[in-house]
Amino acid sequence: MTQRTNVTRTIVFWCPDWPITAVLRARGLTAEAGALDPGALDPGAPEPLVAVIEKGEVFACSPAARREGVRRGLRVREAQSRCPDLLIFPYEADLDIRSFEPVVAAIEEVMSGAQLLRPGMCAIRSRGPSRFYGSDEEAALWLLDTLDSLGITDARVGVADGPFTAEHAARSATRPRIRIVPEGGSAEFLAPLPVRLLGAPQLATLLQRLGIRTLGEFAALEAQDVTARFGQDGAHLHALAGGLDSRRIVPRTPPRELDSVVSFEPPLDRIDQVAFGFRASADRFIEGIAAAQLVCTSIRVEIDSDAGETSERTWLHPRSFTAADVIDRIRWQLQGSASETGLSSPICYVRVIPESVDDIGNHEQGLWGTAAEERIHHALSRVQSMLGHGGVLTAVVGGGRTLADRQNLVAWGDRPATALDRKQPWPGSLPTPAPSTVFETRHPVTVVSADGRVVTVDTRGALSGIPNAFSTGGTFRPLSAWAGPWPIDERWWSSAAGRGIRSNRFQVVDDAGLAWLLVNEGDSWWAEARYD
Amino acid sequence: MFDDIGVPASVVLDDPFEEGEYESAPRSAPASAPVRAPAETVRDLQARIRQMQGTKLDTRSLPTHPAIASLLPGGGLKQGAAYSVERSVTLLMALLAGPSAAGSWCGVIGVPEFGVEAAAHYGIDLERLVLVPHPGDQWLAVTAAIADVLTVVVTRPPRQASDSSVARLAARLRQRGSTLIVLGSWPQTDAMLSISHSTWSGIGEGHGRLAARETTVTVTTRAGARPRSARLWLPDRAEQFSRAERSSRAPRFADEQTRELAG
Repeated sequence: MTQRTNVTRTIVFWCPDWPITAVLRARGLTAEAGALDPGALDPGAPEPLVAVIEKGEVFACSPAARREGVRRGLRVREAQSRCPDLLIFPYEADLDIRSFEPVVAAIEEVMSGAQLLRPGMCAIRSRGPSRFYGSDEEAALWLLDTLDSLGITDARVGVADGPFTAEHAARSATRPRIRIVPEGGSAEFLAPLPVRLLGAPQLATLLQRLGIRTLGEFAALEAQDVTARFGQDGAHLHALAGGLDSRRIVPRTPPRELDSVVSFEPPLDRIDQVAFGFRASADRFIEGIAAAQLVCTSIRVEIDSDAGETSERTWLHPRSFTAADVIDRIRWQLQGSASETGLSSPICYVRVIPESVDDIGNHEQGLWGTAAEERIHHALSRVQSMLGHGGVLTAVVGGGRTLADRQNLVAWGDRPATALDRKQPWPGSLPTPAPSTVFETRHPVTVVSADGRVVTVDTRGALSGIPNAFSTGGTFRPLSAWAGPWPIDERWWSSAAGRGIRSNRFQVVDDAGLAWLLVNEGDSWWAEARYD
Repeated sequence: MFDDIGVPASVVLDDPFEEGEYESAPRSAPASAPVRAPAETVRDLQARIRQMQGTKLDTRSLPTHPAIASLLPGGGLKQGAAYSVERSVTLLMALLAGPSAAGSWCGVIGVPEFGVEAAAHYGIDLERLVLVPHPGDQWLAVTAAIADVLTVVVTRPPRQASDSSVARLAARLRQRGSTLIVLGSWPQTDAMLSISHSTWSGIGEGHGRLAARETTVTVTTRAGARPRSARLWLPDRAEQFSRAERSSRAPRFADEQTRELAG
């Protein structure tokens, strides 16, 4: 028992089904029903049947859903067939962490040095809190009290030697939600537990085939033999099984408070008022970041309105934010969510959070003034503040068959992203040269044959007549050459966004030597682009 | 607006003299010239006067696409000057291609239908291309702000701009040394470019595809000199801009290509 000295006595608290709680809170669904003690079931009360899905499989589910037979790892369709009322949400790892952040912060208020094991689970070194509160049990009660005050009423606490043992003590705690494994009692506590809890599926399978089913049996093996057979990793797991968890608690450094929050009382109903009201805070926000030797390259802006609407958006910056940039982003976000006349309801709360920061040294201006690009960026940002974020664009050419797919316009400062890969061959896309004028909205035209009838294309691609002329509005343009039809039958399964209609493209040249790209859909003709 | 965008077929300049050698920039030695027509001498002198009255002493040229450079007064796009292009966006791209390929930033204001893919094919670097499709009422302010920093600014005035605002913008361009290209008419331009004739090749009656276009580009300078024109491929079969050889005719489109496209 010489190794005993290395084991840190640990308090672990665990909030079961944290992904569910996070999702319910983020979506504004009542978390209270889900947090109710499962023992006090009221058949009339609506319990949320919620599952969080990752890669088509259930990642977590609410207790009510679990009673209906939904399990982790179940396929979505199977889960829905077991529980038809199941609400399904995608799993967002960062939402989990983000929503757990206030919990950790609150815990740090009552006991110092919490280590986040994963969202929903935290380890704390027990020596300090136990001494301060009197005993392990008292400390655990305090912890539960704190969590209760945050609305997490089903949390469990385990106290044991080492984080591994404490975690499983917390998981095995049922009522009264605390389980304390006495000092030195880890091995006895772990002995009856199955080997799969070690979290090494391959090893667990192998051990089971060797006839070793519990942690106690595994721990009973000679340490030297385990090292010889399974290497260092195996030896580590062997130590865990024996309750000799040598991992230390590494308390996290509480993040510096860099957020900036302004509440408006009374709520403001004009965008410029809100922007002005945030001005001083924006200055402080940027100063705070600069004081931490950082610059901010992306921020998240959260805006709450009086009517209870919340708008959240992340804004990127190609260089780094200044106070004026922050104000601009708030204004654009409000403009985006509001009509021209004003906001739908007054704004009562604005919060700006630095989402990604960088060392200030990487953004220092050069000794001989700034680069030319810097000037360009400033001027374009000024234009953006006149016209809105989407007023200044840069372009990326992407893949796709239609002209609209191929040209992607990105607001200045945003990361260019193309939906479709340009390197794919895209059979059916237009041959080069590309049209120099691509109309923003296509214009209706009429294409007629020599006898004056509108030309149509049947399903086999045959024309009802030879195109002879086309008219735009009132002007009549005789055709000197034409080619087509080149059919596109893309995404026929989807009727959204005007897709799902078979279209035929034609290149035509009018008598003035101007070439056009015409599109035929059923009986209607459109001019989509011009080669001028 | 949509209706009147046709190239007038009437102004076909087919003067054989306009082919090949163009009057060179005034700085090339005029002494070596043989006996010259009086009109030509007058033109040369006018060009010299223009140069001496230059808005700025050290007017620098921008790198310009060779196909179009010799058509322009001074042998290329000049900093601080204004050019106007009538209707043709391809011609506009031909003007932008040179500076953009040489690393200059270009801005396109008020032209929402600017074909980005074509621009990329013609050698305009999209990473240094800024688009402001809908400047709205703040058109002049936006143009001025962008002209401050970008080398070439393309704009299309939504309405007839007032003389005072044109003068202010011109002064700003001169001061900043950026080049303005106006799509449409503009009161004070150094040169006005238009396509007076265009023929597409590669396309027939129901077969082929648009492959190349032979155009006659006419450049009118503001001093009232005789307009220069030249035949250019805008674009040629390799999606490049080039001068058309005098007697070149569009070669027939290869049959197998036709079949490949029809199928």
